[in-house]
Amino acid sequence: MKIEFTLNERPVRVDVAPMARLLDVLREDLRVTGTKEGCGEGECGACTVLVDGRAVNACLIPAIQLRGAQVQTVEGLARSERLHPIQQAFLEHGGAQCGICTPGFLMAAAELLHREPHPSRAQVREALAGNLCRCTGYQKIVDAVAEALS
Amino acid sequence: MSASTLQPAPQTPPALALVGQGVVRTDGHAKVTGQALYVDDVRPEGCLYGATIRSTVAHARVTRLALHPDDAAAGVVLVTAADIPGENVVALMTDDQPALASAYTKHVAEAVALVAAPNREQALAAAQRAVVEYDVLPALFDPEVSRGHEIRLFGADNVFSHLTIRHGDATGAFANPPAGSRVVEGVYRCGHQEQLYIETQGMIATPRPGGGLTLFGSMQCPYYVHKALKRVLGHTDFNVVQAVTGGGFGGKEEYPSLVAIHAALLALKTGRPVKLIYRRDEDLRATTKRHPMRARYRTLVDAGTGRLLAAEAELLFDGGAYNTLSPVVNSRGAIHALGPYRCDHAVIDALMVATHTPPNGAFRGFGAPQAHWSAERHIDRIARVLGLDPLAVRRTNMYRDGDRTPTGQVLRDVGIGIVLERALERAEKPLPPRLAATRPGGGGPAARLVPSRGLALAWHGCGFTGNGEAALKGKADVALEGRDVVIYIASTDIGQGPETIFPQIVAETLGLPLARVRNAPHDTAQVPDSGPTVASRTTMVVGGVAQKAARKLRDALAAEVGFDGDFDRMLAARKSTANLRVQAEYTDDGSLVWDPKTYQGDAYPAFGWACVIVDLDVDADTGEVFYRRLVQATDVGRAINPVLCSGQLEGGALQALGFATSEELVLDAQHGMRNNRLTNYIIPTALDAPEMETVLVEIPFAGGPFGAKGIGEIPHDVPHAAVAQAIERATGAVLDRLPMTPERVLAALDTAAEPSA
Amino acid sequence: MSLHISAAPVLEPRTLAEALDLRASHPEAMPLAGGTDVMVYLEGGVIDPPRFLNLWGIAELGGLSRTGDALRIGALVTHTDVVRSPDAQALAPALVEACRTVGAVQIQNRGTIGGNVVNASPAGDTLPVLLALDAEFELHSAARGQRRVPAAQFWQGYRRMDLAPDELLVAVHVPAPSPGDRTFFRKVGTRQAQSISKVVLGARVRLDAATGTVTEARIAYGSVAATPVRCPATEAALIGRRRGDLAAAADTVATEIRPIDDVRSTAEYRLAVAVRVLRGWLAAV
Ligand SMILES: Cc1cc2nc3c(=O)[nH]c(=O)nc-3n(C[C@H](O)[C@H](O)[C@H](O)COP(=O)(O)OP(=O)(O)OC[C@H]3O[C@@H](n4cnc5c(N)ncnc54)[C@H](O)[C@@H]3O)c2cc1C
Ligand code: FES
Ligand code: FES
Repeated sequence: MKIEFTLNERPVRVDVAPMARLLDVLREDLRVTGTKEGCGEGECGACTVLVDGRAVNACLIPAIQLRGAQVQTVEGLARSERLHPIQQAFLEHGGAQCGICTPGFLMAAAELLHREPHPSRAQVREALAGNLCRCTGYQKIVDAVAEALS
Repeated sequence: MSASTLQPAPQTPPALALVGQGVVRTDGHAKVTGQALYVDDVRPEGCLYGATIRSTVAHARVTRLALHPDDAAAGVVLVTAADIPGENVVALMTDDQPALASAYTKHVAEAVALVAAPNREQALAAAQRAVVEYDVLPALFDPEVSRGHEIRLFGADNVFSHLTIRHGDATGAFANPPAGSRVVEGVYRCGHQEQLYIETQGMIATPRPGGGLTLFGSMQCPYYVHKALKRVLGHTDFNVVQAVTGGGFGGKEEYPSLVAIHAALLALKTGRPVKLIYRRDEDLRATTKRHPMRARYRTLVDAGTGRLLAAEAELLFDGGAYNTLSPVVNSRGAIHALGPYRCDHAVIDALMVATHTPPNGAFRGFGAPQAHWSAERHIDRIARVLGLDPLAVRRTNMYRDGDRTPTGQVLRDVGIGIVLERALERAEKPLPPRLAATRPGGGGPAARLVPSRGLALAWHGCGFTGNGEAALKGKADVALEGRDVVIYIASTDIGQGPETIFPQIVAETLGLPLARVRNAPHDTAQVPDSGPTVASRTTMVVGGVAQKAARKLRDALAAEVGFDGDFDRMLAARKSTANLRVQAEYTDDGSLVWDPKTYQGDAYPAFGWACVIVDLDVDADTGEVFYRRLVQATDVGRAINPVLCSGQLEGGALQALGFATSEELVLDAQHGMRNNRLTNYIIPTALDAPEMETVLVEIPFAGGPFGAKGIGEIPHDVPHAAVAQAIERATGAVLDRLPMTPERVLAALDTAAEPSA
Repeated sequence: MSLHISAAPVLEPRTLAEALDLRASHPEAMPLAGGTDVMVYLEGGVIDPPRFLNLWGIAELGGLSRTGDALRIGALVTHTDVVRSPDAQALAPALVEACRTVGAVQIQNRGTIGGNVVNASPAGDTLPVLLALDAEFELHSAARGQRRVPAAQFWQGYRRMDLAPDELLVAVHVPAPSPGDRTFFRKVGTRQAQSISKVVLGARVRLDAATGTVTEARIAYGSVAATPVRCPATEAALIGRRRGDLAAAADTVATEIRPIDDVRSTAEYRLAVAVRVLRGWLAAV
């Protein structure tokens, strides 16, 4: 089935099964692999992308629901060479270790910062609670997000 | 007595250009932009997908093994042990584990055979509906029963490892207790723990154009894979390359050998590249876990002060069905069994027994988190029995310079007092506002939360035990290539930072900017064997070798140009443009003496020291524990990169908090993991994690680069014990078994005396 | 790594009327709202329907509004929409609190109230609150038009409910609270987010303004039975009790729920916690 949507501000068209997961559409069909898979069932958040501005798990979105949607992935965060402030903050604070969770955290954080540019640490923790990280203990991730726009 | 009179004052290290600076990790840009390539991000031309057929019973003879007829007709490829060109073995410490258990299986979820198909769904479906029939045999699940049982799992008695450390005369001390002494006994338990790297196991095997294979995947130790594969293939016409790896924590120390063997066998049979990526539920059911432990402690203590006069500790570990690295876990568990406390008369007996459970293996701490759990709980028990303050009992017993450990090692530069004081200083600050009050769904003011604090102390031997490093002779090459310097090491970055730390060490040594020094890809065709990426040894040991290699490179360059000076001036004077590559290998100064037979001598070249203070709330209605704040002060020797260093400590501490209260394997009748999904195996989220304050204490180790010690494991050693103490302080509930799930806490609350604080 | 990539076709109605027609002509087609339950079942190979009926994007199924003395929540309203709605915050704070505990942000951004209700998991976190608030479900079919079912009659057995094969849930109606109403939500789960409830409580008592006695009570739990359940005996025990003297009624809960052991918790724990969290709240009312 042909489905058109916008990926990182560029129109794309894929021919996939209607129930194919957005995660596979990105990684396998479009070969855009920054979005990661950690569980395939909505638990880990490694696959977090923005659909129409909201952070969602790409492993839980069927292709059929993408018609006309705006999808943003980690590849769309930076403007050419200029990193998004949240990417910069992750670098400075040490928010990425092994990095497998990082794209998902960045997207969840991007949604939060769009909504709330100066979140409290408690708000940050709540907004990132759908993303599992096993390396950092979250401290430096929370630091990065809380201070990204300060 | 103030700490500084007891302990060496940490020296303020000289300011350096790169070492000690929290430079941005060199692989950071690729990771924050999504460009870093993990194994599943790569898809070679013509790639097939592999999947694993796994046993569904714990112990059986396999009587029939076949593809589903539809899959066979569709051309799905089946690989069994019969397809192995070399030996059917996963070579590691012993040769007991088969690469494929096509005839006889010793644990549930064991790899029986493999399939390859053009797409992942087809491969997974074929593996799932393959026909496997069994002649089921009785299985042993309890290590106490398994030991010496007639059903044989390993050797003559099902014991992977048994060792005894004798120090002083414990028997004599117990036989003649001095006046005012008292015997205190306790039993302590820990369950399994899953490493839970967020990237599952994965490997790609690709036939090389000129013959042979390339293995590319998620791993800690390319040379472990190399050694294992060599035996299975019967040759060395292959290379092993590490992909960017999404976490390991020990879980990708030995296990990737199996994944690589499987991918290689499929590639050999099909002649095509084969990608083998584990599903999460499969990864959880099949891969190694932290060893469960039951420990029995009996101590003779001075009733007035709680001073340890004599101790007997028996540790019993469940090794699972194959040996893997269990003897190392047993050894480290034994050596750390009494915690950072002096006891002049001790017998430590550690036993690692085989059962028909999926093999347990490497996991951050290697037995030390379990051993510290018993040691710290036992100190708390002594305090409870004697009516003393747990901190006072710790102060009475903690090591001082010149004390001897149970292996007879004389300790120097003991840092336990200083980390304790540093942590206490930070903990005395006013507590931050409670997160718990704003917790979604937490009941608000109706919740009955009891705030509390717990403290625990740790020591951790850095690097391999005894003469392990000297025997291994880890190597590192450093090469001048154009104007840049390239480091060739097998030590991998699994998040902990060698891609950054090694260039920092080498650039600092050579006086170069960081941008001109980088690590070569961790490809066995290019890098020497630096030893595995384990045991908190990478920075301290291999980093030291790399520093030595850098100095050799400078010397070689100086010899070539005829003078020794600024690196770039020497470079400018150089006529040749050829690469200049040198190698260094680990040597020690021979001052360490270790007898592996008696387990006496210098167990480790250095020890790290840590104090952890946890602030939490116990919910008196539900037994839930909510973490508020965690302070840790840790002796790191020298923080090459303080950001990466504290990041390791924070991550390790949270893993330990998961171990403390939520991470538990629920086993089915075959001892397979029943809760093998992330919705049921509960690791902490950002809302569960406390705010952390991490104090880096630097007591330099002369043998480490710039004084660095290993720090990868120590943060996992005692936070769980601090939690137990806090729960006890708040509620009187005594928990000696991990994890302290709300169910267990509530049960303990109900039997506990009235709150004492 | 999807084990079961579904090749099933998807019906794509654009309006509620079309959706109801398709529902009637294709009763085998599984409705698909935010997909946060459906996609997990597919991944795990738990379901394999021949066809799906995509509801996402149908305007008549959305919208959260205050109509007269009630809140109307369209079936496709997400948990995030509920959490951010000033009307919901004002009229149904316990429901807002419940939605805030569903999974975490990503799930709340996609998962819908309708999906939670029709998925009918005994651990569904909004369900006890909907019981406690006397919510009603607005069900539509092409053949019979619409009808309303009170929450208390909707869930009939394990994932069995009063919903005909040709019906869709269109909206959830939550009556506005009376001045004397006190409501409560408490979730005891496996952790602080991404957590399935071990026990979840939705409760409401109505206090007489003059005397402080309870005139109406709703006590409902999730995760303690095959469906979300109300506790009529406990409710009865509360009636006529005076504020400050309510807590003892919580013990009655132990006589009317029979939770079970499972991979996440034990029957014993669930029972003890169900009683205690209620007692804690009643003592604080
Ligand atoms: C990681 C994760 C965490 C979760 N955590 C929680 C939690 O904490 N608490 C909780 O309660 N739930 C939780 N859930 C479950 C789920 O998110 C919720 O139940 C959610 O509300 C479902 O809504 P949905 O729109 O995604 O439903 P869908 O998956 O689209 O549908 C669910 C079911 O309802 C049917 N359906 C949906 N809409 C209609 C309609 N209008 N008419 C008729 N039938 C319909 C579907 O056919 C399907 O059977 C979690 C799920 C995941 C993946
Ligand atoms: S892969 Fe989507 S949440 Fe884990
Ligand atoms: S950085 Fe490794 S999982 Fe988060």
